[in-house]
Amino acid sequence: MINLISRLCGKISPLSIKDYKNNKGFKALEKVLFKMEPENVIDEVKNSNLRGRGGAAFPTGLKWSFVASEKNECKYVICNADEGEPGTFKDKILLDGCPFQVIEGMIIAGYAVGANTGYIYIRGEYPKSRNILTKALDILRNEGYLGKNILGKEFSFDIEIRSGAGAYVCGEETALIESIEGNPGRSRFKPPYPPNQGLWGRPTLVNNVETLANIPIILSIGSKEYKEYGTESSAGTKLLSVSGSVVNKGVYEVEFGITLREVIYDICGGLKDNKRLKFVQLGGSSGACLPKEMLDTKLDFDKLNELDIGLGSGAVFVGNEDTCILDFIKSTMEFFKHESCGKCTPCREGNRHIINIINRIIDGDGTERDLELLNSLALLMKDTSLCGLGQAAPTALITTMKYFSEEYIEHIKGYCKTGSCGKGEF
Amino acid sequence: MDFKKKVLDIIKNKGETSDKLLEILLEVQNKTKGKYLSEEALIIISNELKIPLSKVYGVATFYSMISTKKRGKYLVQICNSSPCYLNGGKMVTKTFEKLLNIKVGETTKDNLFTLEYTSCIGACDIAPAIKINDEVYGNLTPEKIKSLLNVLRKEDVK
Repeated sequence: MINLISRLCGKISPLSIKDYKNNKGFKALEKVLFKMEPENVIDEVKNSNLRGRGGAAFPTGLKWSFVASEKNECKYVICNADEGEPGTFKDKILLDGCPFQVIEGMIIAGYAVGANTGYIYIRGEYPKSRNILTKALDILRNEGYLGKNILGKEFSFDIEIRSGAGAYVCGEETALIESIEGNPGRSRFKPPYPPNQGLWGRPTLVNNVETLANIPIILSIGSKEYKEYGTESSAGTKLLSVSGSVVNKGVYEVEFGITLREVIYDICGGLKDNKRLKFVQLGGSSGACLPKEMLDTKLDFDKLNELDIGLGSGAVFVGNEDTCILDFIKSTMEFFKHESCGKCTPCREGNRHIINIINRIIDGDGTERDLELLNSLALLMKDTSLCGLGQAAPTALITTMKYFSEEYIEHIKGYCKTGSCGKGEF
Repeated sequence: MDFKKKVLDIIKNKGETSDKLLEILLEVQNKTKGKYLSEEALIIISNELKIPLSKVYGVATFYSMISTKKRGKYLVQICNSSPCYLNGGKMVTKTFEKLLNIKVGETTKDNLFTLEYTSCIGACDIAPAIKINDEVYGNLTPEKIKSLLNVLRKEDVK
């Protein structure tokens, strides 16, 4: 474990600007505003190899340069705080623990890309975090860190908070933008991408909370020192949210390159009640399920890429031997069925049909043909859905059919060795 | 009349532009007894923001935190995403359904409790978790649920 991005969480009073400044807070912003040109800031972020921490892992500096290169007098910076991926609760730690750091990252982003307005889109399920943010913004306005001519410089920037209202799809950036505009959060066709045409058709930078929290650190210690953390392909640290059958559930900051085994057994104290580990789901409900043989997989973008899996939001869900894979897939697909926005057919219909088939198999009426059907539906959704929600919805299904195929066969034959998928039983 | 003024005040406070629709809907719902949006509220908002009623209704029904159905004083939302579902979530649902004698999606006759499912509320470290209004409760057991309900019932009498 390490304390780099989360170093102040729980250590300072979250709304004390004095505490924050005594711990090098706003040093990065001062450096940026007084000593750096916007293009130098972008170069520094590019050089740090920072990649988006929301799930898609897009190179942050590159995204910034797309927005910066747009010629438009009005641009926006949006902080994506719509943390909805099941099993993910790390952004909440940053928002509640050190809101100034996230906001400092946003102001720097605004300066770098040439935006004067920012939005924090926070999920409706976090009303307390929203209150903290509202207070934090008020404090910063009074102290001259937000508003006209920040710290006496020519640069002006202010931030508004917008609340989500219980829609997972709004974590997708174009759906989030639709939601801020006052519409149902349905993903847009892409291109155009938000850096070219985003909020109200203007160039828009959308970054995750954790990504933005990295920015003041990178600018204060410099990209060179930052890259000493992590691995060659994946610089820095990642906040992992660990849940499920482990002894110590919670959010842990780790350096890239750590293995799942180290996370689960060294940091989280292994499994509760000495149960055996059955699978680990990496990246939340839209992530891959890995069998125990793959516990030595290193958390590193390139290494994971080779295995065709993603780190996603950094959620680590641990399932023990009592978990029925079919029951687990059923709850996962129910989630996606509920959260599908309904705009594109593969996602709207695919999730429903997968659930029907899974129910059939659980009820003992499944056949081998159902497995073929599941497979073709899953691939269809992955290839043809409009946005990341539908494309990633069948990931858990695809990976469990690959690594736990015997359990599907077992159910078709009419039994379940865990016995936990029985309807209404607990 | 009183209700209309309340809605108008919220609209004025949030801003009368169409992009504030969701913020206004949430705030009006929060301030309405029964935590829902009535047809009357939707019509007022539609007229004031000059947005077609069909669109206001469309936005209100798209988001799962907004309801057009009256709900109880205590809105019990049971997380049914995998980390909770596989760690006692089924027990939580069964216990609430039994103790309140309603199914998920229903409201008790005394309008005190409404039972709903919710997607992940970011309380996976204290699974199984629920939300009652703005408060999150975790590490639930049947006994805890029982005493929680008793406390809330007593609070209501006060």
